[in-house]
Amino acid sequence: MTTTSDRDQLAYISSQAADARVNVELNTGDMTLNIGPQHPATHGTLRIACRLDGEQVIMAEPMMGYMHRGYEKLCEVRTYPQCTTLINRIDWLGSFANEVPFILAAERLMEVEAPPRAQWIRTILFELSRIANVALFLGDMGVQLGALTPVFFAFRDREHVLNQIEAITGGRFHPNFDRIGGLKDDIPKGWIEETKSVMVKMRTFCDEMEDLLVGNEIFQTRCRGVGVIPADVALSYGMSGANLRASGVDWDLRRDANPGLAWDQIDWRVWTHPDGDSFARYWVRLQETREATYIVDKLLDGIPSGPIMAKVPRIIKVPAGEAYISTENPLGEMGYYIVSKGELGPFRVKIRTPSFNNISVVPWVMKGVYVPDVITILGSLYFILGDIDR
Amino acid sequence: MIELLALPYWQETSIKLGLALVVIPTTSLILVYLFLFKMMAFMQSRLGPNETGPYGTLQLIAEAIKFLQKEDINPAQADRRVFRLAPVVVLASTFLLYVVLPAGPDAVVQNLDTGVFYAMAVSSLSVLGILMAGWASANKYALLGGLRAAGQLIAYELPLILAVMGVVIQAETMNLQGIVEAQATGEIFGIGVIGNPFILTQFLAFLIFMIAAQAELTQTPFDMPVAETELVGGYHIEYTGFRFLLFFMAEFGTAFAFAALASVMFLGGWWIPGFDVDNNILNILGPGVMLGKILLVAFFIFWVRFTYPRLREDQLQKFAWKVLIPLALVNIVLTGIFKVVF
Repeated sequence: MTTTSDRDQLAYISSQAADARVNVELNTGDMTLNIGPQHPATHGTLRIACRLDGEQVIMAEPMMGYMHRGYEKLCEVRTYPQCTTLINRIDWLGSFANEVPFILAAERLMEVEAPPRAQWIRTILFELSRIANVALFLGDMGVQLGALTPVFFAFRDREHVLNQIEAITGGRFHPNFDRIGGLKDDIPKGWIEETKSVMVKMRTFCDEMEDLLVGNEIFQTRCRGVGVIPADVALSYGMSGANLRASGVDWDLRRDANPGLAWDQIDWRVWTHPDGDSFARYWVRLQETREATYIVDKLLDGIPSGPIMAKVPRIIKVPAGEAYISTENPLGEMGYYIVSKGELGPFRVKIRTPSFNNISVVPWVMKGVYVPDVITILGSLYFILGDIDR
Repeated sequence: MIELLALPYWQETSIKLGLALVVIPTTSLILVYLFLFKMMAFMQSRLGPNETGPYGTLQLIAEAIKFLQKEDINPAQADRRVFRLAPVVVLASTFLLYVVLPAGPDAVVQNLDTGVFYAMAVSSLSVLGILMAGWASANKYALLGGLRAAGQLIAYELPLILAVMGVVIQAETMNLQGIVEAQATGEIFGIGVIGNPFILTQFLAFLIFMIAAQAELTQTPFDMPVAETELVGGYHIEYTGFRFLLFFMAEFGTAFAFAALASVMFLGGWWIPGFDVDNNILNILGPGVMLGKILLVAFFIFWVRFTYPRLREDQLQKFAWKVLIPLALVNIVLTGIFKVVF
């Protein structure tokens, strides 16, 4: 674990004081620069208000809410099966993974459990959406740093994964496939072999990214030591997912708090990196994507036979009670706190999304960095706008 | 060749001017078509630009029409005169570069005795235009881009000139035609069949020249003044339509000119082994030879552009002052020693 030592802090304070003296002598005012709401690096409509001294950021503050769609409120006026349509659109790159914790929470309240086959296919789809999601990050990080080519490779290869998701669910982006008590359909014929060949392609893609970016000297100089988030800071800001693991915290909900999916049935490992900088975050995600392809391979080998749907009533009424289930989504910990009053729809749904917490570290980590580093850090924190403003 | 026709000065000048007006946009078109539409498309597996018309040629026309029909927007806060002048200044520096580029023994607009010096001086004019654009746009992103461009110029003009110094010392002339002749009549270890392209003796200078040219052209990995993902286009963020097209043409025209400079100074220019340097046939064959060499050099420029991420401004400055300039100085000293000893 890395922590900021007193010596570092003193050096930082004295350098800031020296800068301030120069500014007073030269009478240089600072400048407010709005990065966003319309800016390519914000992937949507995040706004970061920076106060700049030359090219150095004195203060950066993220302003959210430009894309608030009121999903928590909208869920209250829908039945449980209808909610998944909305929930799909929170983290729009890994849609299926959004559905799972909500369905699991509802299942816990109803005290039904999906049959093993459904759980395994759920886990496979969960990992596929993780690969589709993070693959785009792996390419997009290059674009943030000025290398155009990787992102096109990412789009090209993500398409294979999306095709597999479409083949089983019928939807590329918003499958809406998870049901309380199981899944809508079984996997189609030949799907297992096809998915295995796609996983080989994705591993080749990971190797390509390793050649193009991780091994690149310029990429390393731009990322190493930029945006260092020590483990204690990461924990205190409630960060989760790969961002936390890149700070050296060995914490993965798939392993530590498995809510009943098939992750505990196979061997896999959690990747961590001790540095906590932008490079570490990229590296951890790259390793996780590769690990996810192996997880899918192993799961495909062991899908149990049986039904894909448990016995549930045709009209779903969830008994009164409260449940919180969170899973390790592509972006981090995603959880749903459902309060039910025994009606057709939930009484209250609180959605805990990873990006919201991950982005809250921005004011802390962006003090004193240069403008290009703002983009590097934003890119490496990897947020989805829909996941911040749900 | 034009001297052979013995035309009056004004006729000669207008012919050259007309040629320049045709040649310079054509060169940018060649680079855009070959490298931006073809090479980049194949490298990045986005095959759309290859499909418009025969071999994708209609894409060029489509792009030109797209730029021409766009509205010409002047920002309300902009300094209108400077804002409008800036792209013209940038393009003018590109046009002036072409004055000294030789394509044959007589195929040159003006054979200046201080050709290298002139080319270096004129190429740095474009930064003036970029600064003007950055300031006059009344946009914070544009201002940051303009200032970055100015900082970059100071850092990279020096290694560029120092790298060229090695060539000048070895050729004993600043005249670009003289440099070609020096390479054509030179010998490597007593073998004079292919002359002595200076890339062999001045390889270090060639590398420094290419790296500094990349920064001069604001191409990745040194494209901080433009930086689409940070400054959203930098100094040309507020330009639309035809004015943006001028910047765009200047960018690729200058890339072509720098590739031409590199092939004249390091790859032997228009000379073909087996011909006399003043053979008249080279006026016909020379441009073709030059084009081939230019495209080879440009290929490397754009290959790097499409592959590498971009450095940060302070890292760029560090690289220039701590690595490139000392190396260029070492190269000059070594060249001087070898020149005196041999």
